[in-house]
Amino acid sequence: MRRYILSFICVFCLTAFAFSQDHQEQPAGEQHGTIDHQPSHGDGGHDAGCGPIEDHGFDPGAKAFHHVSDQNVYNIGPIQLPLPCFLYAPGHGWTTFSSGQFHPDAHGNGHAAISKYVLVEGLVRRIDDPSFPDGEVEIGHHPYLKMEMQADGKEKEIPYVCYNAKLYPTVGRSTADFGMFGGGISSFYDFSLTKNVVTMLLVFLFLALVFSSVAKAYSKRDGMAPTGLQGFMEPILLFIQDEVAKPFIGAKWEKYLPFLLSIFFFILGLNLFGQIPFFGGSNVTGNLAFTGVMAILTFLVVNLSGNRHYWEHVLWMPGVPSALKVLILTPVEFLGIFIKPFTLMLRLAANITAGHIVITIFISLIFIFGKGQWGPSLGTSIGSTVLTMFMMAIELLVAFIQAFVFTLLTASYIGSAVEDGHGHDHEEAGAHH
Amino acid sequence: MTPIGMGIAVVGAGIGIGMIGSKAMEAISRQPEAVGDIRANMILTAALVEGAALIAIILSLIAK
Repeated sequence: MRRYILSFICVFCLTAFAFSQDHQEQPAGEQHGTIDHQPSHGDGGHDAGCGPIEDHGFDPGAKAFHHVSDQNVYNIGPIQLPLPCFLYAPGHGWTTFSSGQFHPDAHGNGHAAISKYVLVEGLVRRIDDPSFPDGEVEIGHHPYLKMEMQADGKEKEIPYVCYNAKLYPTVGRSTADFGMFGGGISSFYDFSLTKNVVTMLLVFLFLALVFSSVAKAYSKRDGMAPTGLQGFMEPILLFIQDEVAKPFIGAKWEKYLPFLLSIFFFILGLNLFGQIPFFGGSNVTGNLAFTGVMAILTFLVVNLSGNRHYWEHVLWMPGVPSALKVLILTPVEFLGIFIKPFTLMLRLAANITAGHIVITIFISLIFIFGKGQWGPSLGTSIGSTVLTMFMMAIELLVAFIQAFVFTLLTASYIGSAVEDGHGHDHEEAGAHH
Repeated sequence: MTPIGMGIAVVGAGIGIGMIGSKAMEAISRQPEAVGDIRANMILTAALVEGAALIAIILSLIAK
């Protein structure tokens, strides 16, 4: 019986949540409508002159990407907690304020512009237009319009701000992806404590507390059976030590065990933290910047601890004809040094982000099929709840597997870099030279 | 073209990971005591196959 009540509550909560979202969607639609009609009324309202704007309707893809991206507000359910913003624009200098000054609504859209910065769907953007007023400006309740624009031969949808009957295009923060994922260097840099940074700090503090208490227990209860938290952590620690470090690294495992344990628990902690519904919903391990830094750490550890045999195998593989080495083997092996951490970066980010996007799309089904009516919405909610719960169970599994895979591959790369040369290789090399 | 490229990449990875899974199941049923070693190596190999597919997906995203 309790099980039925629980599942009913789940369905009800999801539907109620979906409807609260739908309801908030409504004023935006109305606003679009009024803008549409204003030219014919000719009463010259606040938004007049921004032209007729077509309503694109519900876009599940955009919604999903909005939910997995980093934000300048920390959202717990519909509440948006402000975070500090540290923004730097060349020629304009530093701007520091709290993102609460944007007065964000439940979608993270700010109602004010501060020194040409605006908050669109939780992310700070900047208005480059010099005619836009500096300082704190009230820009109304639904000032953002998404429009297609042509940039560098690609169609891009960027948000415009409608202010005093004029549309101002906004630019996103600079990203270090060299334009590969639609980013690049823009007119400002964002050094804020974003949602992901705050989540990382929370997980870091949590892990520091857990591991200092476990370490204390080990020194205090030396030689005794582990208890409590220590007893819970010991099988995991031993698993990484005995199943990952020892077989994959070999004789020098002890030197690299702290690094392996750090990345394993940090990634696992962030993976699991990102799956708590309505609490931040931060997608740290699905962020290419984060996984990129982890991969760079692995790259440095592997290549700085690489011994003579490792470099010999990369640059001049013994026992292979010289022509083959120059033409194929050395270029491929050399590229491999960079491809290995690159795939580490992609694998973790893609797996975690894909899981989150699938969950968001399952919830979007309610809006796609429900169309704002109670009957179909409730029906779809039931199916969508089941699918979401199934997906979350899989995500829980993926959280462990991906943390494990990252650690395992790091260990195997380190192992290949530090292993001693085999006698076999030397004989082969001697025979050929 | 991007979705088609992604789809083809995923087909390749699917075949690869499916074969890894089926062979691992066979190996476990033949030698149940080696389940730990087989599982670790299965995940490692699957991760490597997945890496190739992910590179293909990212390239199909970038190359327009």
